[in-house]
Amino acid sequence: MNTFFQLFVSGLATGSIYALAAIGFTLLWQASQTINFAQGEFIMLPAFFVLAGTQFLGLSFPVAMAIALALSLLLLGFGFKRIIIDPLLPHGVLPIVIATMALGILTKEGVKQFYTAEALPFPALFSDRTLNILGAAISVQDIAVLLIALGAVALLQLFLNGTKIGRCMQATAQNPQVAEILGVPVKRMILYTFLINGALAFLASILISPIYLAKFSNGETLGLIAFIAAIVGGFNQIRGALAGGLLIGVIDNLSAAYISASYRSAVPLILLIIIILVRPQGLLGKAEGRTV
Amino acid sequence: MKKRAIAAIAIAVALSAGLPNMSWADTIKIANVIELSGAGATVGSNWRDALKLAFEEINAAGGILGEQVEVTDYDTQTDPTISRAMVQKAIDDGAYVIMGPIYSGSVKVNMMVAQQNGVPQLTGAEAPFITDMGNPYIFRTSFGAQQSMPKLVKYLADEMKVKSVAIAWVNDDFGKGGRDSFVAELGKHGITVTADVSSEVGQADFAADVIKLKSSNADAIFAYLHEEESARLLKEIRKQGVTQPIFGETTLMNQKVVDLAGEAVNGVRGHVGLTANAPIPGVEEFAKKFEAKYNYKPDHNAIKAYMGAYVVKHVTTKNGKVDPQAFADALHGLTITPADEPGILMETSWDDKGEVNRDSFLVEVKDGKQTVVSTLPKL
Repeated sequence: MNTFFQLFVSGLATGSIYALAAIGFTLLWQASQTINFAQGEFIMLPAFFVLAGTQFLGLSFPVAMAIALALSLLLLGFGFKRIIIDPLLPHGVLPIVIATMALGILTKEGVKQFYTAEALPFPALFSDRTLNILGAAISVQDIAVLLIALGAVALLQLFLNGTKIGRCMQATAQNPQVAEILGVPVKRMILYTFLINGALAFLASILISPIYLAKFSNGETLGLIAFIAAIVGGFNQIRGALAGGLLIGVIDNLSAAYISASYRSAVPLILLIIIILVRPQGLLGKAEGRTV
Repeated sequence: MKKRAIAAIAIAVALSAGLPNMSWADTIKIANVIELSGAGATVGSNWRDALKLAFEEINAAGGILGEQVEVTDYDTQTDPTISRAMVQKAIDDGAYVIMGPIYSGSVKVNMMVAQQNGVPQLTGAEAPFITDMGNPYIFRTSFGAQQSMPKLVKYLADEMKVKSVAIAWVNDDFGKGGRDSFVAELGKHGITVTADVSSEVGQADFAADVIKLKSSNADAIFAYLHEEESARLLKEIRKQGVTQPIFGETTLMNQKVVDLAGEAVNGVRGHVGLTANAPIPGVEEFAKKFEAKYNYKPDHNAIKAYMGAYVVKHVTTKNGKVDPQAFADALHGLTITPADEPGILMETSWDDKGEVNRDSFLVEVKDGKQTVVSTLPKL
């Protein structure tokens, strides 16, 4: 039972990071029908911004983090929207899918070519102590990652539901034409969504890199799992993406422990197929309408 | 008559262009077929840098038999299929000797190409099967797992009084070969295996693996994975507050693991064939030169490559000719001492299968630094 509890909590912690990436998928889809297949690389990159700041510019870790956040917002939020999405949006979803795939490859290979192909250590943000909870040894790092990720999602929900800008963003997501008629600055709302995605990618990056190490290829698995999590949970709901991320994190851990480590990566795909067959809109998704 | 002469010259030129070996007259071509990207980039970079350092020294000292050595890197991308193509390309380019690769799965598929073309290959691979396939052109630069495991298991049984072990291993040719050799040795000493946990190359999340190792309540944990995965495993082991002692073989004790895992690697013990911290003057001097040039500590792969370069120099000089067949013939059954060739660093022998034999070390990581606990003699 202790083993199960440990696996469960550890899975929730990893799943919460998947959830941050999955929410990014959901937000961009809601705001601009963008499926970002470079999402995994968006999570890989900010860790290298931080490392470049500390290693090459000699900055302190907190300053490097602040600059990495700013760069994430600028490049992964603003730049991504202006350079890739805006010109391609009128041409439909498919060109965007292909362009983001290309962007993912370019980002990955760029880091490999111009930074390093090797894994790099990333400073741990939390203590490596463990706590004894219900007889199971639960790491402080897992609890902190879980709390921060869930806290970020809660803040995002609060922002979307409790502020004027948030409600304007929701209106934009539901019906951009009507929102514009009602005076909502639709373009600016879409930009905000991209900036939030950049910030979520940054957060996921600094939470996962101390565990996985910073490596150019980290995005390959993360992007795929986050995409599956978003579909499993419901592509049109934040709470769906959150549930999908947590579910896949836990299932991945449990299947590695109780079924087979060799086939662990197949389990989320099997889940995806079942969900598509049984409940195409996802566990918490809505069959109709789009809300952020 | 004039036309015939022109035709004869044209045929001679065409024929010579088709013979890659003709280029040996200018420089000696060494092909470095190695993991420079993908999961093996860490070990491959160490190997490449040390090989470059060694051949720069050799060239600065006049080259081999008065000829300069030209080293070309071929990136396997840690992919067996690509490594095979790279070995073929290296041979087409006129390679005299092939250095690398390190990953056993790659060597398994590319060594046949070198064998078919009669080109000697000095590999960093450690899986036992490499030297059991009857290939007269393959030579190790480090121990095969079947040689290092007996030394390690004897230490676990006699010194540490271990009765049960939980094993974490990577599910590829390297990991499976090492795991099988280790389990076979455990049986000889009456040590039981309480958990047998395999993982994948490039695996990032080790939470479930560590929970299984921990809950097995073994006296000790044995980890046999590649460097990056070893670092992730150790971080997770520390994260989950595992208290069992952790043992490993060369890869676990690698400097790269120390760099990546940080404090999580402290207290880990293991057997290493080579270490930059070996109390041997030649190795110490090499480590200093390497660190001064590249600004990081060399790992065992760097030492292997450095020694390998000097093996090429010594054997070729001994033969008095740049001849791949003569090279392969001469290296079987050869022992090279630092007195014969200072670049060899430690006395090393090769048997008739290309297996290497030399002293080895038991080390422990203390405060992020490998400390040699004892030196184990040649088998």
